[in-house]
Amino acid sequence: METAQDLAVAGTETRQEPAKTFTGSGSQALLNGLIAEGVSTIFGYPGGAIMPIYDALYDYSDRLEHILVRHEQGGIHAAQGYARTSGKVGVVFATSGPGATNLVTGLADAQIDSTPLVCITGQVFAHLLGTDAFQETDVINITTPVTKWNYQVTDAKEIPEVLAKAFYIAKSGRPGPVLIDITKNAQLQVEEFAAYRKCNHIRSYRPAPQIRQEFIAEAAALINAAKQPFVLFGQGVILGKAEQEFKAFIEKSGIPAAWTIMGESAIPTDHPLNVGMLGMHGNYGPNVLTNECDVLIAIGMRFDDRVTGRLDKYAKQAKIVHLDIDPAEIDKNVKADVGVWGDCKATLPLLTALVEARSHDAWLERFRSYNKEEQDQVITPELYPQGKEMTMGEVLRNINEITGGDAVIVTDVGQHQMVACRYAKFNQSRSNVTSGGLGTMGFGLPAAIGAKYGAPDRTVIAIIGDGGFQMTPQELGTIMQFGAAVKILILNNRFLGMVRQWQQLFHDKRYSFVNITSPDFVALAKSYYIEANRVEERTNLRAALETMINHEGSYLLEVMVGKENNVFPMVPQGCSVSEIRLK
Amino acid sequence: MSTQTISGTSENEHGKEEYTITVYAENRIGLLNRIAIIFSKRKINIESLNTSPSEIEGIHRFNIVIHESAEVVRKLARQIEKQVEVLKVYYNTNNEIIWQELALYKVSTDEIAEKVTVERLLRQYGASAVVIRKDYTVFAVTGHREETDALVKALEPFELIEFVRSARVAIIKDSAGFHEKLKEFEAMEPGEEVIENEYLDKGDKIFTM
Repeated sequence: METAQDLAVAGTETRQEPAKTFTGSGSQALLNGLIAEGVSTIFGYPGGAIMPIYDALYDYSDRLEHILVRHEQGGIHAAQGYARTSGKVGVVFATSGPGATNLVTGLADAQIDSTPLVCITGQVFAHLLGTDAFQETDVINITTPVTKWNYQVTDAKEIPEVLAKAFYIAKSGRPGPVLIDITKNAQLQVEEFAAYRKCNHIRSYRPAPQIRQEFIAEAAALINAAKQPFVLFGQGVILGKAEQEFKAFIEKSGIPAAWTIMGESAIPTDHPLNVGMLGMHGNYGPNVLTNECDVLIAIGMRFDDRVTGRLDKYAKQAKIVHLDIDPAEIDKNVKADVGVWGDCKATLPLLTALVEARSHDAWLERFRSYNKEEQDQVITPELYPQGKEMTMGEVLRNINEITGGDAVIVTDVGQHQMVACRYAKFNQSRSNVTSGGLGTMGFGLPAAIGAKYGAPDRTVIAIIGDGGFQMTPQELGTIMQFGAAVKILILNNRFLGMVRQWQQLFHDKRYSFVNITSPDFVALAKSYYIEANRVEERTNLRAALETMINHEGSYLLEVMVGKENNVFPMVPQGCSVSEIRLK
Repeated sequence: MSTQTISGTSENEHGKEEYTITVYAENRIGLLNRIAIIFSKRKINIESLNTSPSEIEGIHRFNIVIHESAEVVRKLARQIEKQVEVLKVYYNTNNEIIWQELALYKVSTDEIAEKVTVERLLRQYGASAVVIRKDYTVFAVTGHREETDALVKALEPFELIEFVRSARVAIIKDSAGFHEKLKEFEAMEPGEEVIENEYLDKGDKIFTM
């Protein structure tokens, strides 16, 4: 018996790949794992508790490109930008204590916008945990609410398996940020490690729920019976890499489709069924007709309050079909009549097969007629202003004309963000990088750096307000040092414009601390050896934008726009989407 | 004292009811916090929380009692089940479970010896003596909240020195246990028992989440 068993074991071993082992430190095991996961770019900042990893990195610089940012928040936003344009997992290194706490805003942003990240933080020696050692913070507990998963490693032997789990969790199912906190002793500890194995199964974790054909059929029946169906899509289409499946679905069913800002660019701007943007500053037709459609088909979106406005007056007349990979999203804000659980990459083709080929001309005409009204009252005056002051919209129109819609547009947060999302033209997916759920001012500049690394062959334009730019301007240093060819466009209205707009509309024009002064942005950029220019007159705008976009490397252009322009249309907070205001 | 108000309100108050949430999860440091913040984020108070081993080695079972509407509880259950290290979440009203809490009462031994009423009380509540010393005696009662609370009230006139009550532990009446399910969880392609879709009506079976 013994010999038979021995033979059997030996037999299985020879059939497998010979297990390659290597002896080295936990830090080396980590870097080997990153390479095995296909990582090529890391955004990070060294410090005491992560020094062994940086020491090992010294020998890996031919295989791993490390971008030294100027602040850990900049590092994590850069990794987010990278993940958003590349579709890969963004990787961040930071040290313990302040290094780790500086990641928190980015983690929260990535969590709410479902961005796949793996963050590695150094931690004090395991024997010092809980002693209030120098630069010790309880990173695991601080980051628990803002990570999809986190784990503290105190023994190097755990590193390969934990890293493999981290990548699997970050990118599978509904993606999200993962943090691994590694104590310094584990980084230093020398072990014999087995060959790195990627993770593809965790027993307690179901990345995507099982698809039920019954509900696909129910959804199709509702859609086929609908006279005025309306599709809302979000980032789920992009995260699921389901752009083609989505396009096939709307083209066969002939249903008009509107996007959340996270879903923008999943289909081209000029697709005939793309009827525009949803939400507080979205387009007129999509908001009003949400309350007139008979079947609402929500795909990979989560009914954020900025999209729905007042919930008890939201699409009450409609049957709701909701497709989402995350079961917790279905019925969370809006009760679904049919919930289709699953990855839309898989569910959409099943649904497309069952829906009848249709066109909804009369219904589409309603969107067009609302669009006409919006064009006349809002869009044309914004894009072709008659007054002396420049508008943000006309800057965007010029960018569209120069790039043809091929650029990646990264935005910060505020009025310029809404204007950019409303007016930027996109021809391909993964082109709109914005902080949607968290609304993080200071996101734009570092995210644009990462976006450029994620899409090196594309033009990356960061559109940022004068307020948001002043939250993370230190990343100009990263651009200077690493030469990321980012085009930085500051739309300067000398106000914290969105807050000012609310104060004007809802607080009797009591402008409380929204008047913000700025440094000489052109001189600031030049001090970082970045080419820069300022435009104050419309006559110079087009040429200045062309210079910026055609410039070889990074470039900063400041455009002085009207001080008190407002973004319209607008669904005032607490109002129904059908109460959207054109002025 | 706040516990008494809780025990009295298992009836409706804006559709709220007492629910027992049962969580099967990996036994991992930090998971308790991850679960607890799902409640605290929404400013929902946990009335009772117990963690214990389950019928399967290596898998932990949490019992969480909250007073909320069915809709809120369903959303909470989904948020908990979404956590990477959670295998499955069930939630049940009180008539769907068997539950117990353990209470300990420390009373002066003299009082018991002198007063016949105390002895009768203890019998009446099914209390058992855990420790008997010259100076004090410790009694234990297992039962529902109302039962253990009632004895506190009854003992108040007789010098109740100390009182403590455990969290609720609960067994789901309609559950067939977790052994079979775990096999499915461990499989690469789980069957429909594991990935349940509540839109698929499975009748009264508790196993539909």
